[in-house]
Amino acid sequence: MSNNDDTTLVGNNGNNHNKIIKEIPSVTIRFAGDSGDGMQLTGNQFTDTAAIFGNDIGTLPDFPAEIRAPAGTTYGVSGFQLQFSSSEVYTPGDELDVLVAMNPAALKVNIKDLKKGGVLIVNSDSFELKNLQLAGYTTNPLDDNSLDDYELIEIPITKTTLEVLKELQLSQKAAVKCKNFFALGLMYWLYERSMEKTVSWIDEKFSKDPLIAEANKRALKAGYHFGETSEIFSGRYNIRPAKLPSGTYRSISGNEALAIGLVAASVKSGLKTFLATYPITPASDILHYLSKHKNFGIMTFQAEDEIASVTAAIGASFTGSLGVTSTSGPGVALKTEAIGLAVMTELPLIVINVQRGGPSTGLPTKTEQADLMQAIYGRNGECPVAVVAPCSPSDCFNMIFEAVKIATQFMTPVMFLSDGYLANGSEPWKVISSSELPEIKINFRTEKEGFFPYLRDENLSRPWAVPGTPGLEHRIGGLEKQNITGNVNYEPENHETMVKLRAQKIANIANYIPDLSVNGDEQGELLILGWGSTYGAIVAASENVRAKGKKVSYAHLRYLNPLPKNLGTVLSNFKKVLIPEMNLGQLNKIIRSEFLTDTIALNKIQGLPFKAKEIENKIEEILN
Amino acid sequence: MEVKEVNNNINATPAYTAKDFASDQDVRWCPGCGDYSILAQVQRSLPSLGIKKENLVFVAGIGCSSRFPYYMNTYGFHTIHGRATSVATGVKCANPDLSVWIVAGDGDLLSIGGNHFIHILRRNLDVNLLLFNNRIYGLTKGQYSPTSELGKITKSSPYGTIDNPLNPVSLALGANGTFIARSMDRDPKHLQDMVKRVSEHKGTSFLEIFQNCNIFNDGAFFLYTEKDTRLDNVVYLEHGKPLVYGSANNKGIKLDGFTPVIVDLNDGVHSINDLLVHNEKSRDLAFLLSSFADRPGYPAPVGVFLDIERPTYEEQLYSQIEAATAKKGKGDLDDILKGTTTWTIA
Repeated sequence: MSNNDDTTLVGNNGNNHNKIIKEIPSVTIRFAGDSGDGMQLTGNQFTDTAAIFGNDIGTLPDFPAEIRAPAGTTYGVSGFQLQFSSSEVYTPGDELDVLVAMNPAALKVNIKDLKKGGVLIVNSDSFELKNLQLAGYTTNPLDDNSLDDYELIEIPITKTTLEVLKELQLSQKAAVKCKNFFALGLMYWLYERSMEKTVSWIDEKFSKDPLIAEANKRALKAGYHFGETSEIFSGRYNIRPAKLPSGTYRSISGNEALAIGLVAASVKSGLKTFLATYPITPASDILHYLSKHKNFGIMTFQAEDEIASVTAAIGASFTGSLGVTSTSGPGVALKTEAIGLAVMTELPLIVINVQRGGPSTGLPTKTEQADLMQAIYGRNGECPVAVVAPCSPSDCFNMIFEAVKIATQFMTPVMFLSDGYLANGSEPWKVISSSELPEIKINFRTEKEGFFPYLRDENLSRPWAVPGTPGLEHRIGGLEKQNITGNVNYEPENHETMVKLRAQKIANIANYIPDLSVNGDEQGELLILGWGSTYGAIVAASENVRAKGKKVSYAHLRYLNPLPKNLGTVLSNFKKVLIPEMNLGQLNKIIRSEFLTDTIALNKIQGLPFKAKEIENKIEEILN
Repeated sequence: MEVKEVNNNINATPAYTAKDFASDQDVRWCPGCGDYSILAQVQRSLPSLGIKKENLVFVAGIGCSSRFPYYMNTYGFHTIHGRATSVATGVKCANPDLSVWIVAGDGDLLSIGGNHFIHILRRNLDVNLLLFNNRIYGLTKGQYSPTSELGKITKSSPYGTIDNPLNPVSLALGANGTFIARSMDRDPKHLQDMVKRVSEHKGTSFLEIFQNCNIFNDGAFFLYTEKDTRLDNVVYLEHGKPLVYGSANNKGIKLDGFTPVIVDLNDGVHSINDLLVHNEKSRDLAFLLSSFADRPGYPAPVGVFLDIERPTYEEQLYSQIEAATAKKGKGDLDDILKGTTTWTIA
């Protein structure tokens, strides 16, 4: 966790104009500005650079749903928070050590998260009457002593950037756009980070526009040199590389990990992958990524709507490809009937839900976990599907690979529950090699003798017999099936048999998934049970509590339907169970109904992930 | 079909008969339903198309006609309401070698599935799309459909419908369809010819079939299908031939400015040389012909309105994959696992 008090003087290194370098364990920074100011880009560049240096990192991009909301307004503010550290990091940090505010609106929205005594860097050029009014300030906060609690650093970032770029003769508009690189350069200086990664990124990104590339590089370097030569900062900070397990690392976001995981599953199963999808925030990046990787044989299909996308994926699965559809909650609502068809026809199907704030259109760019009930129960009829959820950005890779294994082995739709925070957040990931990944064994039925479309194997899974296979011509559909033959059948007993078979097949997946492991004592006073993206905050909170000498255990569910077989035992070993969720208590309800356990819910429904502190406070309240 | 070669060549298509395409399931349409004839004509046509049984896939949505796949001894998928076209899209993309047939009713294809209908046509997947148009909802027992004529009295419109009907052929043309045809359940030979044409065309082949629902909308198309009225109310379209019709081949269609007009070939003024000559390659003419449905007293054109070529969706889908692979090389999983930037921790 961040702690500026714990500094050690390491002295100057001779070329830094006598500025001292303080060593600190970790820092939490937020870049904030207009949604057109390039704050996401700035944050991502800083993330990559710190990651390459060897820090562990957690990130939280937070941006409005409007692409370019009116400049200067509070609702147009885009932020990117990151914590980088010399030890393991589980969250993007609770309180900010540093806030970079590019305009008054960004200051207004974000100042509450800056800790007392924290560094506040503002672009003083933007604090003029119009922007102050747009942000709702009646007086200029830079002049009215309202920021006395912070280490306020005013820098005329716009003017300085324009001055530096003067001789390039860019348009005023183009030159002003470079100011985020000035801010980034300044932060690189302050935290002793190399500009190298960003310089090469600029060269590649703007390879077709060398003038803009040059302008951005000059702005970046100007920011860096500004820190070095101005007298504003008394010193710099160094955050040593984290002691992560040795190996090769990369930075990875949740959506990226998911897309790569799908490619990996496609390669390892030998299945053609057909991603059919309709653009929706925050899932569209999956489509973008896979569209670029056609040389893996991945087919991407941007359908006319959500229903067309899931049904096309089902058609592909029927034909022996891996049908995948990606969306967010509103899209799942539209796909629901088709998911029922895939349950009835018992075809593999991957349904990715990158959850966002709901209901309805809700909060498109904000995170939430309120689609768990929808995933498990939200269809007509008795309609069970497998449900999995990753716990971190890089875990999206593992769990999508698992999802493909389950879908193909059990001939079932699998719902994959990511969320906006996981999808857009990134972290360092220890690269694995393809040889470490297991094969996914696919058994297409080709034997004519004894073939029946609904004759089941030991898992209760039916055969995958695809069109083009001679002698296995058969018909499937959404009407109730006769057991074994698959013919249309309305007999009462048959229906009950089939409903139970479909339920049992999903229940049987519990024999295949790993037991739930507990971190900490196997039994005790308090277990924190989580699922999905709350993992980081739960771990950080637990470690903080343990650091104070208290005992707490935690366990995280990555398989939500069916639940791990040992969950009942795990729960019974603790006096109290706390379930933090970014919803009104959906897992809590499920656990209570399944296990008759008097669990305690901790809920946050603000479109933002938990802070470690929020969970920590609850743990202490329970333990005291 | 090369019947003699069957025994010598395992790759040859077997010498099928219509019976080979009938499944073991009892057909459960109402006795007298026009669907029986369509099923029979499709089964009779298939042996001459040279397609192996295992490569045939019939995909349907929901409705009376959508039970069709259950009665075909081929691969079949009875999907959900309106979505046969999009399921079929996935089937065709996943395996372009399959011969994919979509069977849909007017409610299924044009109402709940209207969106997918226009998009499959503009994409031009190489699939065959059969619309069983009976201008009524049969399976839900008699509500009006998007092709029911204005003012129609049905269970759900006791005072007559107030929504203007869709013209499926015009809609298909507007959506940039490449093959658009019409036939009738009660004209078996013509229907068989059209099934063949549909199969031959590369691209989305749309065939509207006038189909009688003898329970809820009996006789909806009798003007066009019955012996005593057919010839005076149907103009059979034949490529390169003038638009002549009538019980004594006594009527024709001529163009007057932009307007098609009906002329009497026995009036001493007009001759066959004055008439419009059908051209399956002309979208303009196809639009004109499709408008007959909206012109009272005009004959219903039956036959191929349009048959033009455009690259199919799946061809382009696969050629993009091939081009990307040729340019970048076959994807190496380790490359994308590593990404563009890595660092090492000792």
